Amino acid sequence: MTINSILLVSLLLVAIWTVMTIRLIRSIVGLALTSALLSVIMYRLDAPLAAVFELSVCAGLISVIFITTVSFTQRVSRERLLARRKERLKKLFYLPFIIIVAAFFLAHYLKLPPLDLGAVTKNPEARVLLWNLRHLDLLGQVIVLLAGVFGVVVLFKEDRS
Amino acid sequence: MISSFILVPFFLLVMLNLPFAFLRGRIAFWLTGAVLLRQVALTIIHPWFFWSTFLESVGKFFAFNLSLDALSLLMLFTIGVVALVSLIVAQSTITTQKRRFNFVNLLLIAVIGMNTAVLTTDIFSLYVFIELTAVAVFVLMALEQNQFAVEGTFKYLALSMLASVFILASIAFFMLVTGDISFAGIHDAFSVEANDMVLRLATALFLCGVLIKCGLIPFHGWVPDAYSEAPAAVSVLVAGIVTKIAGVYALLRLFSSVFVLNDSFRNVIMSIGIVSIVVAAFAALRQGNIKRMLSYSSISQIGYIALAIGCGTPLAFLGAVVHFFNHAIFKSLLFVNAASLEKKFGSTDTRIITGLGGQLPVTSFTSLVGMLSTAGLPPLSGFWSKFIIIFALFSSGRYAYGSIALLASAMTLAYFLFLERSVFFIKSEMISEEGSGIPFGIKFSEILLAAIVVAVGAGFPFILNVALLHVKELLR
Repeated sequence: MTINSILLVSLLLVAIWTVMTIRLIRSIVGLALTSALLSVIMYRLDAPLAAVFELSVCAGLISVIFITTVSFTQRVSRERLLARRKERLKKLFYLPFIIIVAAFFLAHYLKLPPLDLGAVTKNPEARVLLWNLRHLDLLGQVIVLLAGVFGVVVLFKEDRS
Repeated sequence: MISSFILVPFFLLVMLNLPFAFLRGRIAFWLTGAVLLRQVALTIIHPWFFWSTFLESVGKFFAFNLSLDALSLLMLFTIGVVALVSLIVAQSTITTQKRRFNFVNLLLIAVIGMNTAVLTTDIFSLYVFIELTAVAVFVLMALEQNQFAVEGTFKYLALSMLASVFILASIAFFMLVTGDISFAGIHDAFSVEANDMVLRLATALFLCGVLIKCGLIPFHGWVPDAYSEAPAAVSVLVAGIVTKIAGVYALLRLFSSVFVLNDSFRNVIMSIGIVSIVVAAFAALRQGNIKRMLSYSSISQIGYIALAIGCGTPLAFLGAVVHFFNHAIFKSLLFVNAASLEKKFGSTDTRIITGLGGQLPVTSFTSLVGMLSTAGLPPLSGFWSKFIIIFALFSSGRYAYGSIALLASAMTLAYFLFLERSVFFIKSEMISEEGSGIPFGIKFSEILLAAIVVAVGAGFPFILNVALLHVKELLR
């Protein structure tokens, strides 16, 4: 229980840092760390497959894409950076408090049923789950990918004519 | 077979993108039109179509867990009609062949998303397909790639993502408590322990998400920009049906037959509804752009639906469903009218377009039909739905809500008559710059939608008996 709590608290801290920091690169690192911590939690909750996906896609692939994008941008001057940090702090100073209060509320006032890990692990393996039980959602995901491809083609491919 | 509503557009989408050049021409338009017409026809002559036996065998392979009832049938019909009109408008307003082809593809994706969302029986699939529709619509809205369109799209995207976070969190809580995310499973969980704190929290989160998607008043920031800056055909689609399915359908389905609401939830939904009706009507009065005025009018009309859902009696639910249908049709009509003005004069600003006199007879007559129907004048379709909603409010003893809704209806009439007077009734020497006529496609869509408004209004008792009364049975 204590390890889970430590993981959860550090997850929250890293997530808050991700939002509050103003350097995009640090933000990306924060996001990757958040994903990594989340995948550890998922693994501890007996969902190894979800953990692997989270680690490979969210912590790995997406970070690479983000860093590639950021490498195309330019540095801002130190003064603007400081000004923006101040602005960010002014705008979002209440965020950690809200999250702490919400977490406290969720933990104490909400009588969440105890996690029944048996029910999760009893479920059929992922292959059966995806192909036999959730294949409508799978079709949806395929079409979402198609829509994404159309989006890239329509919005980013310059019209040569 | 129900899943043909999803599979037929899907196969068309795949087919259109095979590497054959001839598929990218006009044939894409005609095939898509045929698929949409098939959907409309199927919903009318439900249950069966002559080649359903062929599709039956395909259906065994794709055994989706779907269900078709009176509500989803009506939704499918509405989706078919509005998407068809949007397709016709796109054919006449989008200039390049390539862009038209992209429009057809994205329209098909949006139709698949909406069709599945109204047929599915579990809350996670509902979420997935609402998101699918949204992704297609984001791209459609930014199709013109001008600054304002991108800004409107970005606002919609940001708020829509926020809504998704709420909805996903809510689904996670439902999963945690019930271990089941089908509509029936969640409903059972409510009947076992209706006052469970986690269920309440999950319902509240879902409500927040859906209200953002509906664009009701505290969450309405994205609506005017998104509706008014999108290309003409896209604003018909988005204002006519997409936000209705993504937000209002979820509200209709879940908050009447899945979640069990207590009085405080009902009061919250009704207050948001009434505030939206009144505030959006005032905001509409002040708009100088036809599309922005229509957007605020849309918020106001969705307020009526929310009010009826909050009221929760079978009669009010019927009113909400009928108003959903009517609103989708006459709002599409009004956006097609706006498209025809945009096509002719290159603007929808009422300070620029004024005093058309008798120049655009079809547009001016059909817009009058649409506006009077929105305002709820008998014998047009809008009268019946507003009448049912207000009658239901009075008969359940909510006199204050009923009276305010009634008065706000008069305000709707006021802002539309101002618009109608300044744009169409005054005669002046305003002459179109390019002298381009209104394409036949747009005229056809205007007449088609106006005919539906008039026909539903005139034949309402008949339609009520044949199709709509079954809807009431869905209320649990």
